[in-house]
Parts: sequence; C-alpha cells; structure tokens
Amino acid sequence: MMEHWIIAPIVVPALIGPMIALTMRHDIVLQRIAGLTSGVLMLGITVALLVSAAGGNVESYELGSWPAPFGIVLVLDRLSALMVTLTAVLGLGILAYACATGWDNRGRNFHSVYQFQMMGLFGAMLTGDIFNLFVFFEILLIASYGLMTHGGGRMRLRGGVQYVVINLAGSTLFLFALGTLYGVFGTLNMADLAERAAQLPAGDAALVRVAAALLLLVFLLKGALLPLHFWLPNTYALAPAPVAALFSVMTKVGAYAVIRVYTLIFPDTLEPIGGLVGTVLMPAALLTLAVGVIGVLGGATLARIVSFAAIASMGTLFIAVSTFDEAGIAAALYYLMHSTLAAAALFLIVDQVRARRGNSALALQAPMPDGGLVAALFFVAAIAMAGMPPLSGFIGKLLVLDAIRSADWWIWGWAFILITSLVALVGFARAGSALFWKPHDATAPDDDPFQGAPGATSNLGLAALAGILALIVALTVAAGPATRYTQAAAGQLFDRQVYIHAVLGTPDERAARRAAEAAAAASATGSTHAGGQATTDSAATPTQEGS
Amino acid sequence: MEFLVAISIGVMTAAGVYLLLRLRTFPAILGLAMLSYAVNVFIFVSGRLVMGAPPVLGAADAMTDPLPQALVLTAIVISFGMTALVVIMALASYLNADTDMIDIEKPGEQPETRR
Repeated sequence: MMEHWIIAPIVVPALIGPMIALTMRHDIVLQRIAGLTSGVLMLGITVALLVSAAGGNVESYELGSWPAPFGIVLVLDRLSALMVTLTAVLGLGILAYACATGWDNRGRNFHSVYQFQMMGLFGAMLTGDIFNLFVFFEILLIASYGLMTHGGGRMRLRGGVQYVVINLAGSTLFLFALGTLYGVFGTLNMADLAERAAQLPAGDAALVRVAAALLLLVFLLKGALLPLHFWLPNTYALAPAPVAALFSVMTKVGAYAVIRVYTLIFPDTLEPIGGLVGTVLMPAALLTLAVGVIGVLGGATLARIVSFAAIASMGTLFIAVSTFDEAGIAAALYYLMHSTLAAAALFLIVDQVRARRGNSALALQAPMPDGGLVAALFFVAAIAMAGMPPLSGFIGKLLVLDAIRSADWWIWGWAFILITSLVALVGFARAGSALFWKPHDATAPDDDPFQGAPGATSNLGLAALAGILALIVALTVAAGPATRYTQAAAGQLFDRQVYIHAVLGTPDERAARRAAEAAAAASATGSTHAGGQATTDSAATPTQEGS
Repeated sequence: MEFLVAISIGVMTAAGVYLLLRLRTFPAILGLAMLSYAVNVFIFVSGRLVMGAPPVLGAADAMTDPLPQALVLTAIVISFGMTALVVIMALASYLNADTDMIDIEKPGEQPETRR
C-alpha cells in the first residue's frame, strides 16, 4: 500500500481545489480552513515520502498499472522527494501568510487556484515521463497566471499579459523539443529515453542535439537564466508579494528539470551532447549572477531589488549545476533550498513594507509604523540572501565555491561569486538604509500617514514570515544532515542504472516478463498474426548493459 | 509530401514568430495561435507520415503511430485553453490600461489599494 502514497501529493490538491471552487465560493473562512488543511496534509505526505526516499531506493508508480514505458510513471527518488518537501513547506508557510494578511480575500478563487498551483508543482517534480512533465508545467503555469493577476490592477494585468505571452512561447518550444525527441526515439518515458539515447544511431546525433538544446532553452526560461531572465523582474515585482514568494519555487522547477534531464537522459558523457550543456550553462550562469547583483545595486524599489536578487541566486545555483558532477549537484541542491526560502522571505518583507507605506520605492517618506521590527526581519533575510555568515547563504556559497574548485574555469567562478557577494551586500545595505533608516532624519516628510489594507500588517502574518526565516536558521543549524542528504541525492542521480531499473525493471526482470509474454502469445491461439509478435519485439529493450 | 508539410510548418512558425515580435496583444495572440498550429502539425508528423493506414497494430500491413495523435490532442486542448485565457487577459489589460502594448516602458509599482 505504501507505494500509492507517491500519487497522494497530486491527488489531494486536485480534489480539494475544485471542492473549494464549487462548494465554498462565498465563504472565505471555509476556504481558508480547507486550504490550510490541504497544506498540512500535503506537508505530512511529502515528509513521509522524504523519509521513505532517504533510505536510497527509487520507487516507481505506474499510473493505471500500465507498464512502463507504455504508461505514465511517477518516480520518487531523493531529488524529487527533496523538491516536493521544500515545495510543501514553503506552500504552507506562504498560504498561512496570505490568510493572515487578507491577501486571499482581495480577489476571488485564491485558494482553489493555489491548490492547482501546488498540484502542478508536485506533478512536475514527481513525473517520470517527459510529455507528462509538459502537462504539469502547463497546469502550474495556468494556475500561476491566475495567482499572478490576483487582486487585479492596471500594472498587474499588463505584467500578467507579458508573463502569459512569454510562457506560451516557451510551451511551444517545449512541444517542438518533445516532437523531435519522439521522432528520434519513439518513446517519452525518461528512463526509456535514457537507455535509447545511450545507443543512438549515428545519423540522428544532430537531431538529438537540437532537441537537447531546445529543452535546455525551455528550462532556462523557467529558471530565468540570462538572456532569458527578462520576464522575471516585471512579473515578480508586479505580482502580489505572497504569490511572488511562491514563484521563488517555480524558477527552481526549471533548475530541477535541468538537473533531472541532463543527468538522466543527456548526461555530459553522451556522444552527441559532448559537454554542450555545461559549456553553455557556465558562462550564462556567471553573467546571470553579474546582471542580478547589478539589478540589486540599482533597483528603484525593494520589490525589483528582491527580484534581481532572485535572478542572482539562480546564477549561483546554475554555476554549481554546470559542473555536472556529484559535488556540484550536491552544492546546488543545498543552495537551492536556501535561496528558495530566502527569496520567499524577502518577498514577504516587501509585502510588509508596502502594507506600511504604500509602496516599496527607495524614496524618502515618513517612517513606517513598527519599522524597527520589519527592519530586523529584513536584516536577517538580506544577510541570508547576500551570503554573509552565519546563515545558510554563507554555507551554500562555500559549498558552491568548494565544488567548482576542480573545474578548470574555477578562477572565474570564484571571482564572480566573491565580488557579487560584496556588491549584493552594498545593494541590500543601500535599500535597508533608504527604507528604514533615512525616514528618521529630521528632513523626512511626516504628513499623510498611509493606511494599508485592514489586517495586512497583522501579527499572524509576521509570525508566518518569521517561520520562514526560522526555516533558514534551521537549514543553517542542520547543515550537516542536509548536506549529507544532498550528497546522497547527487550520488543517486549519477547512478543512472538505479533509476532506469526502478522504472523499467532490471535486465533479469525484463527477460522474465518477455518470456511470460511470449508463452502467453504462443498459447493464445494459432491465429497469432504478426501483431502479437511485434508487440513483444517492441517491448524487448536491449539488455546488454550491466547493472 | 514530406517537403510540403515541412515547408508549411516552417512558414507558420516564421509567421508566428514575426507576429509575436510585434509586441501588441492582438498580433501576439495571432502569432501564438500560428505557433501552436505549427507545433501541432509538427508533433503529428513526428510519428512519420503514413498514408491510408490504420492506427492499429496488425490490422493491416502498414500502420500509423497512434501515440502522436494522442499527444497532439493534448497539445490542441491545452493551446486552445491558453489562447482563450490570453484573449481574456489581454482584453482586461487593454480595458484597464488603455494600451495594448505588451512592452512595459516604465514599470512602476502596483500600489497598495485602500480597500
């Protein structure tokens, strides 16, 4: 029975989402109860999945009992368990914040759309079929369009159109890549693709390279890597701040997809790829980091500064990923957890600033009420984001620096990461002093105090925000177990046969299954036309590779 | 036949990209529709072009791959829904902002409303 729990994170929001939309439309209290209950349930399930995956076995779940590679599979390994748990933790924290500050009541259907958002995120992280990955990407995108424009407003709708158009173009590219892949390999199951890519006929190498590059483009668009980052600052700065906080996990879905596809299907050792991904990724990641911190230094509002900080963190993350070795991926996964939490906390602080003074522009305004408390929270989150000791950003950057030491371009990586850390620190110091310090000058205007939306500055909201900051502290304190887990997860990724055998069966199991099918076909009737044999033949995937 | 299909996919894609780059909502929506038509045909032919054969194994000498047909149905449904959504959002944005430019020249900030 335990195996059925793999699909639970997708089923729970898929049931509760429509239930909220259909039966609780007019009662915000009921909606909140249902949404938070679902959040707690998802957190419990994903933690159980994390515990079960931590042992190191890869579990495959065949939807409708259709055997792989013909049906769709969900696969739970250490990487996907880590991602779904991170998503569930952050999802619950941000939902609590949105309920406490009344954001969920500033437009309709926030809670049901939020459930669909969670469903899409979980599905994308768990699926073992690349077309299914596209479908879950679309689900999470449709939900994110709704959340992005939640609350409405002139600028937000314009930003929403921009966001939808760029993502629809991305989805089209994704489909072109999938069509090319299917045309070459005749399968869409990731494990099956991995096996077939390893024994590719020489004539198809160019096509595979095109498909791999197209897929990379799509994932980097989601992951906001230069030059595909341009949509992010507008989207994140114009979206409701709690939604922007949730979106910090969406860019990480792009990073997850890159890690999954380019370690499993197209590893760097594969002949037609031949280091293509790493060589493209590394310079792009360095430039992303540089552009991100320049934005942090020059942003005119705190919202845009935090958006650019999110871009910079994706740069650091992809620097570690572009090594494509165990140490690099392990460091990237730790930094991924940290940067998701830190960016989310900073976006919630942006919301607190806006709720107290009407905007987050760095212009001189009257001091905000309870400014000291918000300033303290900002101080903690900014230290984490800039990567200063003692918080997890420092450990994360240290791990990344250590992981790229063996690469021959390490001097570039070290230079970019260390210099940009300093620049980010200056940028955050500038923002903090403009927002929290300068208003206390004698010259600051103190007329017309801003009245925010009711409940927007409630203590419960601050508690949810403090909870996310506490998670950053916990990630720092538990850095030992966390890095041991990420190292194990990275090790599992590079032991590709474990994943392939979990989905398709070991060579022995497959031989036994083929023998059983052949016996069944022979005993069926004398009228075994070519069809029966063709089925067993096409199911006969090569078994030469050792385990 | 292959040549004809390839050319038509290419022309539709080129038209779609051109329209998308116009940066106004109406041409961009048409461009996205063009792109989705192109990719639908592309997926459809990824199972190779076979004329007059059933998508059933063993029913005749030749067969056509049924999976791309299922994939393209999924893609059509998704792109149809997305087009409807982007039309509504573009309309709401146009009525609210009095402009149909996709580009945002001076990205200000969504102000907190006093509700």
